[in-house]
Amino acid sequence: MDLDPLLLSRIQFAANISFHILFPTINIALCWFLVYFRLRHGAAKGTPAAQAWEEAYYLWTKIFALSFALGVVSGITMSFQFGTNWPGFMEKAGNIAGPLLGYEVLTAFFLEATFLGIMLFGRGRVSDRVHLLATLMVAAGTTLSAFWILSLNSWMQTPAGYKIIDGVMHADSWWAIVFNPSFPYRLAHKLLASTLTAAFLIAGLSAWQLLRRTANAGTHRALHTAVVAAAVAIPLQILAGDMHGLNTLQHQPAKIAAIEGIWHTEKGAPLTLFGWPNEKEARTDYAIQVPKLASLVLAHDIDAEIKGLNEFPGAHPPVAPVFWSFRIMVGMGLLMLAVSWWGAWTLWRHRKGSATAGLVFSAWQLRLLAGMTFSGWVATLAGWYVTEIGRQPFLVYGVLRTADLVAPHSGGMVLATLLAYLAVYAFLLVSYVLVLMYMARHPAMPTPETPQSPKAATPIGGPA
Amino acid sequence: MSFNDILPLIFMAVMGLALLAYVVLDGYDLGVGILLPFATDAEKDIMVSSIGPFWDANETWLVLGIGVLLVAFPKAHGLVLQALYLPVAVMLIGLTLRGVSFDFRVKARAERKALWNGLFALGSLLAAMAQGWMLGAWLTGFDNSLWPLLFTAGIALTLPTAYAMLGAGWLIMKTWDALQLKAVGWARAVILPMGVALVGISLATPMISPTVFDKWFSMPEFIGLLPIPVACAAAFYAAFHVISKPKVVAAGYGWVVFASTVLLFVLAFFGLAYSIYPYIVIDKLTVWQAASAHESLVVIFVGTAITLPVIVVYTIFMYRVFWGRASVLSYVAPVARDS
Repeated sequence: MDLDPLLLSRIQFAANISFHILFPTINIALCWFLVYFRLRHGAAKGTPAAQAWEEAYYLWTKIFALSFALGVVSGITMSFQFGTNWPGFMEKAGNIAGPLLGYEVLTAFFLEATFLGIMLFGRGRVSDRVHLLATLMVAAGTTLSAFWILSLNSWMQTPAGYKIIDGVMHADSWWAIVFNPSFPYRLAHKLLASTLTAAFLIAGLSAWQLLRRTANAGTHRALHTAVVAAAVAIPLQILAGDMHGLNTLQHQPAKIAAIEGIWHTEKGAPLTLFGWPNEKEARTDYAIQVPKLASLVLAHDIDAEIKGLNEFPGAHPPVAPVFWSFRIMVGMGLLMLAVSWWGAWTLWRHRKGSATAGLVFSAWQLRLLAGMTFSGWVATLAGWYVTEIGRQPFLVYGVLRTADLVAPHSGGMVLATLLAYLAVYAFLLVSYVLVLMYMARHPAMPTPETPQSPKAATPIGGPA
Repeated sequence: MSFNDILPLIFMAVMGLALLAYVVLDGYDLGVGILLPFATDAEKDIMVSSIGPFWDANETWLVLGIGVLLVAFPKAHGLVLQALYLPVAVMLIGLTLRGVSFDFRVKARAERKALWNGLFALGSLLAAMAQGWMLGAWLTGFDNSLWPLLFTAGIALTLPTAYAMLGAGWLIMKTWDALQLKAVGWARAVILPMGVALVGISLATPMISPTVFDKWFSMPEFIGLLPIPVACAAAFYAAFHVISKPKVVAAGYGWVVFASTVLLFVLAFFGLAYSIYPYIVIDKLTVWQAASAHESLVVIFVGTAITLPVIVVYTIFMYRVFWGRASVLSYVAPVARDS
């Protein structure tokens, strides 16, 4: 059997990053939700609402901790795979990619990892104020981490601020590298994606708790917060996505041509809603199209010329995966818009009633929200495939080709590790979802215990 | 030497110290994981609690070490990690299983706890053995002939004992009564294999590599280096003395075991650093040949100089917060809450 190490290495990295991205996508925003729960808890001190916010904080801190562990371990794996599978990338682009990754480790990883211990287990050991500060540090750390890694990812999509000396990329302007053309759009798009993913996760799991009658006072608070957050974030996300698309048209027109299924350059290009991309014949079979709409959407002019895939021979991505992923992402976004606005409207109608009085949503609405629990994951992965597969056949767009940078391992060895990683990831993903459901069925907080250790209560001056 | 020449050396030092910090810090929590199967269920909870707040930050030192290798020495990064493809994959799977088990074991339904405890221990052992293999393969310059491979396998089998020793030392400080006594027993069980391994590796390294042999066994270097083995012997004796006399532990000197083991690791590290210098891949690639472009080193040097001291300060703060004996971890405050 002939195993292609390039393809296997690509699948391995894709599997790894797909698994990894699930957890930071939840946690970047979830941590800010936790800060909000903490603040509401503090503001409600002395009222029954304080206990409700505490309960919401308790359940979602546990989910945050679990997601964080999965994100950390899969992230470590990625940092090694740059070297084990893509040494060419670091040799040719390490001068630029290296410092960006280095700054992520130095400014973000240590911050979040260190304060996480205090955030999770430090209550009672530090004052409330220090504990809130620790929670803020973790939130800042996760967001900073997104800043650096998306800067690098964007630079690979729209490289800027570099010069090439003897075939190796060197930094020319760090400002231009960090704030490369696609970075602001991608960062906004990703942070909003995280907000939506966390919001639908919180809303979905809370709705499920209400259906299963395992809810507590905190469940209502969490559900309402999440529905409002989603309703606010989704129009912003659609706007950010549109601007990101226009930016892509300017810098990566081949990716747009693949997304839209535009095979030949044309004026007044139609928008293909659905169809079956047929790469061999360079056409979209069974296409349902709206005349001139692509030109209008992409260039804001019904007769504008849109470049087709024919302009980029040997330098455009495979069409079908990009085409389909994009439609899944957009479809999910529209579903999110409908569900969250319906939910927000329901909340608005019941605004006079007390939020703790009980059910505001109908059983059908709860089922719908519960069904959307992992919708953020679907949209995120689909969007991720659009942008990453859309960058092919390049690793650094227009400069370095993926095929030139892979390590020359035997196909069999890469296949062996790939299968091992896939087995571990499948096992962990199933475990994660099952444990989430288990925790949602048992949300009760333990009664606070006094520490079992004889000397733990008072910090002592030295190990004795 | 100009600043251009010194900069790669500075990064070599940062990378070395990050990896030393990793081996000591993650070493004790991997060691606790390796020892987990030998404890009762109640003791397992306390053992995991004693490392719960720390493990994540401990592991970040590995990311820093590998990050500096990537940032400052991209050529070596590719060479080393390609040669270590399989052990790296084994280590990553071990670290993954272990890292997630921390959370799963207390969050999954009770019947599954034994499974996650098992994966926790297995992951810790796999990671430790893979790291031992990586160290051995790196020291032998990725030589795949018989003796170097046996040497590498020897390190892979013995590094877990050294981690277990660190873990036992940690538990002696962080636990009390029956579990503390048990930890003393574990330390007694692993200290001799660890000592034999340490001596064996120290003697075998110069045999395997002529470069290392010349650096140690020529005059007057040999005399100058003598304090390293002597200090190692003293640290080893101190740890040995404390664990063979439970009274000394009861009198409050249990921390000596952990401190001496850490000292052994530090001394071994400096010995190793001396053996390898100025190579980053022995006999193949020097620090300067592997270094990345000067302007990239400068930009990351500035970041390191500013952030690393801050990281050290808040790490110390975190250890202060969780100072003293371990208590069973809880997400809720141990004192009465409001409402």
